[in-house]
Amino acid sequence: MPNIAVWAIFLLPFLSFLIIGLILRPFFNNRPMLSAYTTIIAIAGSLILSIWALIAVNGAENHVLTDVSYQWLSIGDLVINIGITMDSLAAIMVVTVSTISLLVQIYSIGYMKGDGGFARYFAFMSLFTGSMLGLVMANNLLFLFLFWEGVGLCSYLLIGFWFHKPSAARAAMKAFLVTRIGDFGFLVAVIFLYVKTGTFDIGELHELALAGVLGGTTLTLAAIGIFSGAVGKSGQFPLHTWLPDAMEGPTPVSALIHAATMVTAGVYLIARMFPMIASSETAITVVAIIGGFTAIFAASMGLVATDIKRVLAFSTISQLGYMMLGMGAVGMGYASGAIDEHHAMALGVAVAIFHLFTHAFFKALLFLGSGSVSHATGTFDMRKMGGLRKIQPWTYATFLIGSLSLAGIWPLAGFWSKEGILHEANAYAPVLFWLAMITVFMTAFYMFRAVFLTFHGEYRGGEEGSHGHGLHESPKIIIIPLVILAVFAVIAGWLPVGDFLGADVHFSFFGALTSWLAWVSLIFGFAGILLAYAIYGRKLLSAESIGKSLGPIYTLLIRKYFIDELYERIFLMRFLVDGVFVVLGWIDAHIVDGAVNGVAMVTMTGGKVMRRLETGQLQVYGLAIFVGILAIVAFLFMFN
Amino acid sequence: MGMDIAFWILAVVSVASALAVVLTRDLFRAALFLVLCFFTVAGIYATLSADFLAGAQVLIYVGAIGVFIIFAIMLTRDSRQGSPSGRLRLPALFIGFLFLATMIFALVNTDWNVVAEVPTESTTSAIAHAIFSEDGFVLAFEIAAALMLAAIIGAIVLVRDK
Amino acid sequence: MAVGLEHFLVLSAVLFAIGLYGVLAKRNAVVILMSIEIMLTAVNIAMVAFSRYGQFITGQVFVIFIMVVAAAEVAVGLALIIAIYRSKKTVDSEKFDLMKW
Repeated sequence: MPNIAVWAIFLLPFLSFLIIGLILRPFFNNRPMLSAYTTIIAIAGSLILSIWALIAVNGAENHVLTDVSYQWLSIGDLVINIGITMDSLAAIMVVTVSTISLLVQIYSIGYMKGDGGFARYFAFMSLFTGSMLGLVMANNLLFLFLFWEGVGLCSYLLIGFWFHKPSAARAAMKAFLVTRIGDFGFLVAVIFLYVKTGTFDIGELHELALAGVLGGTTLTLAAIGIFSGAVGKSGQFPLHTWLPDAMEGPTPVSALIHAATMVTAGVYLIARMFPMIASSETAITVVAIIGGFTAIFAASMGLVATDIKRVLAFSTISQLGYMMLGMGAVGMGYASGAIDEHHAMALGVAVAIFHLFTHAFFKALLFLGSGSVSHATGTFDMRKMGGLRKIQPWTYATFLIGSLSLAGIWPLAGFWSKEGILHEANAYAPVLFWLAMITVFMTAFYMFRAVFLTFHGEYRGGEEGSHGHGLHESPKIIIIPLVILAVFAVIAGWLPVGDFLGADVHFSFFGALTSWLAWVSLIFGFAGILLAYAIYGRKLLSAESIGKSLGPIYTLLIRKYFIDELYERIFLMRFLVDGVFVVLGWIDAHIVDGAVNGVAMVTMTGGKVMRRLETGQLQVYGLAIFVGILAIVAFLFMFN
Repeated sequence: MGMDIAFWILAVVSVASALAVVLTRDLFRAALFLVLCFFTVAGIYATLSADFLAGAQVLIYVGAIGVFIIFAIMLTRDSRQGSPSGRLRLPALFIGFLFLATMIFALVNTDWNVVAEVPTESTTSAIAHAIFSEDGFVLAFEIAAALMLAAIIGAIVLVRDK
Repeated sequence: MAVGLEHFLVLSAVLFAIGLYGVLAKRNAVVILMSIEIMLTAVNIAMVAFSRYGQFITGQVFVIFIMVVAAAEVAVGLALIIAIYRSKKTVDSEKFDLMKW
């Protein structure tokens, strides 16, 4: 029985997808609400089962409720299983994913109202959630990869949901292609591991890695391959470029992508494979450096973005960098021998997943809040907002809570999980710790820049921006999820997620304020808020003049370090199109086509000669048959 | 002994009439020689104690197929040209002889596991039993019936005026 | 030398070879069909001879089926000849080249 219930967690949304796709959309398209209800019921079912699984896991031996595999197919020695595991990591993830997803779906009813693709939207959302739930429960790499690609596909479908908009179609394509680069590394690593160890099973791989059977260059290459998958999915440098563009999708999709599904899949993958990756010092150092660098790199771009969703997108990249940094720092501590194996394995996962958990709530809240703002103003451009505090008090209040939480202000959720990461970084990776500290300052600054630009001051949008029917607070169906998320954004940090995952990352409620580290990060955070207030709230400093005085840097940031240009102009146009493709084109035209044409020419010439034999006369053929029979008989006589 | 004499006579006549079929230039004579050949083969069956098949041979080959072929000769009205040989006469002759030599060589050099006793009972009931008994050829029989039906319909479709 | 299995088999082989010559050498399609019938009959003789000297009835059952198929084949074959005659006004096999594209 537990088994079936655990499978049902991810099969329910798939079922909902099939019902909507095969029954509701073709036959009941005039009743679009049915698809919304189907999705919500399915995901609510998943949520209930997830919570049950969480409680059951807590009571289970070794915190593992289920770990089953069934043979899927077997080709010679190659045996591929499908199997799921329900341990504490998976339990936390399924609860997070299904909670966020459920709230996003409810919000979507209001947000997507009247859209022509209503049913299609909910079908994709079901599939998206189902894939993510399957991803976090898969117990072997190949099965995981299946869902991994499923999530990638859904993100493509949803980012390009408004596919008639060229920018959306392009953004979807970009998301798909950029993540594909990482996925390729992941797939190669999976195959490589299989060739070396003969198993796809994650548990077995961990045992091999910890026992030292799997080690050296093999392990490092495989770990970096897997990490490259996570880099693509989680938008880490240098594959981060797709994530800001992914804002072309409907806002609830962005919320889901950024908070619960898709991008967190990368962090989850590293957490799931942590014992293996941490066994390679090189690989885990790479994880830490990429994470720490991405955190500050993305935050710096968030400082100048004018689109509120892009600010949030950079913030997501930056926060995911934090999570990577947390795991990397613990892994480096383990590699240097400072932490014993048992503790390190739990601690690395705990700090990252705790932050993932709290981040999911406040980031979903912020995205949905920005959607609510755009619902009123019809734009995401912060330069055309302002003064919405009075018009949208609920949105303002919840957005403010989310921002404070993200900025890491005591005692909101973000504070606790961020402290955990900073603490480990300080202990094991001091340089990266100071990068992270600067990131705290930047985070607070850009979030409150967004808050002041959007909700304070005077409305700058003019009349035409407001949907034509005046500015208004969003309907209840939008506000209620915001409020629920806001509650979580406050309390999520108090939940004993770390203990549940087997490591103590908690500080007591007030005890946290006794460490110097907490004060330093709080000071950095408040400094960011105050600076934002000074520039955008009080206008003590002019944003324009600062921008001018920092001219080149400002340009660099606003153009996102020219990374897109680097990829598209230099790499794509110069290197690929002018270089590689020309060579490939020549090979194609002369060698490949030459071979094909040569074969065709030989065949045709041969045919011209041979067709003389084909007289079309029956008796010639009959004669040939009997000559053949005689030849066979003669052959048999000769060799018997 | 009587059987031996019968065999030799029938064998010579059947080979001679078969040769006449392929060598004569007159179509009608060829057809009539064919009928004669079928008759002698029926006799051969009789010397092999296959009484039922001898009867069937006379009815089917001599009766039905013989008449059929004579009809075809009349319908195609090509009889004035006779039955000339084509360009492949010599190669065909060569292949035919080679084939014959090979077959005779093979079957003379094979050690056949022979039972010489002459069966005394009529074969009709034995054949009926082989076809219609439970582990017999009932399915093949039914399929043969379907094949005949298909052939009849096919023939009608082919020769029908458009 | 008493008549035995070999005699019947040689007779069968001779008739088969004669039929083969007819099929390959004659120009009139009807004669070709007649030659095919001679070949089939030759095979039947071999079958019956084996049945007689091997003391199993299956050989004769097969002969019955061959007769059935031969009858069907003659019916369809003659229909084809007549159909071709209608369109080509000849049954000369050397003037048929329908199998050449």
